[in-house]
Amino acid sequence: MKALLLRDLKLAVRAGGGFGLGLAFFLIVVVLVPFGVGPESGLLSRIAPGVLWIGALLACLLSLDRIFALDWEDGSLDLLATAPVPLEGIVTMKALAHWLTTGLPLVLAAPALAILLNLPTEGFVWLVVSLGAGTPALSVIGTFGAALTVGIKRGGLLLSLLVLPLYVPTLIFGAEVARRGAEGMATQVPVLMLAGITFAAVALLPFASAAVLRINLR
Amino acid sequence: MSIWEYANPKKFMDTTGPVLPWIGALAAVLLVVGLFWGFFLTPDDYRQGSTVKIIYLHVPSAFLAINAWFMMLVASLIWLIRRHHVSALAAKAAAPVGATMTVIALVTGAIWGQPMWGTWWEWDPRLTSFLVLFLFYLGYMALWGAIENDDTAADLTSILCLVGSVFAILSRYAVNFWNQGLHQGASLSMDKEENVADVFWVPLLVCMGAFVLLFLYLVLTGTHTEIRARRTRALLARERMS
Repeated sequence: MKALLLRDLKLAVRAGGGFGLGLAFFLIVVVLVPFGVGPESGLLSRIAPGVLWIGALLACLLSLDRIFALDWEDGSLDLLATAPVPLEGIVTMKALAHWLTTGLPLVLAAPALAILLNLPTEGFVWLVVSLGAGTPALSVIGTFGAALTVGIKRGGLLLSLLVLPLYVPTLIFGAEVARRGAEGMATQVPVLMLAGITFAAVALLPFASAAVLRINLR
Repeated sequence: MSIWEYANPKKFMDTTGPVLPWIGALAAVLLVVGLFWGFFLTPDDYRQGSTVKIIYLHVPSAFLAINAWFMMLVASLIWLIRRHHVSALAAKAAAPVGATMTVIALVTGAIWGQPMWGTWWEWDPRLTSFLVLFLFYLGYMALWGAIENDDTAADLTSILCLVGSVFAILSRYAVNFWNQGLHQGASLSMDKEENVADVFWVPLLVCMGAFVLLFLYLVLTGTHTEIRARRTRALLARERMS
């Protein structure tokens, strides 16, 4: 499993893997928002938590179809499925690799982009906390969506349609943590809910993803 | 004689085929009676005027929008566990009906909300969760449409339905947390003190019965269509072989 994780990380980081694309997309979304709503700093600092969360979510979504598509095309997914490691473990490693190459950079880059949006200082910690707690759930849920659509040609749009409704609870609690943090309110309840969603998704969804992959590989 | 015998497509078609027109007719009669009673024979509400009468479309469709998804969940479970094709096809047939009911509930709600709340749309928990439910229906139907192999499609959509149910419930409570609502609480429960007055309640029950029958009729018709389409495809394939 470790070998698989390293392999996926290498594939993502080296040329053609699309590493950094998500990050660049995140940057562009955040830069475009002030053009859309105007440069007034009070307004920007009020919507900053939500914009950063939506940007991170879309950047995550952008790279989802890469999780399985390449392995599916060249047949290595069939080999992985017949490997002595359970498919659930493989799916988890794939999600982890996706999070390390997409989610984690987003978490680290978010404070820098928050400056652009004039986020209040006390919000920075909570922004990082909420993204750090929420993006693993985005990766795991996205892996499920990617597994569902792996056999479909040009399934990118369908993938977004399937995955975005599943992202709703994560987004609500994540953005709520960031917003409350920025306004100096108590954040304990949404943080716990967000962490609960993430842990439950990490614990349960790999089984669904693996079941779906088995059906697709049949 | 067990209920599972009806999982045989032939048996299913033979049993439901003759009843189907009766269900449709009964649904039509009840719908006409309920709506006429509701629209013309009940008094106007003293504060809401005649706008209150949209309840006869709004409540039954909202009721079915949720229960159609629940029925799909049960049918998906039956398909995954016992692999009866009729069950998967019934789930497939229920999805567009449920989606339509969701739209009806949202639209009638908006039409009522304009004069009453002064807005077509409000990010109220119930409204928002219905919108999310509608997105789930869309995704489910799109997945059915995207996959060519029938059994694969049935398997994948069933699992999506299971996972989607969990997330739909989660979204329901998440939006509750996220925004306080304008929408009134439940007022049709059997056991509560404060309910809608009987004058409105009885025609509403008739309308709900009509909508349930209508749903049953549409789902059964859809399932019949699917079964016939599969038979046709099988026949065509056999002809090409010979």
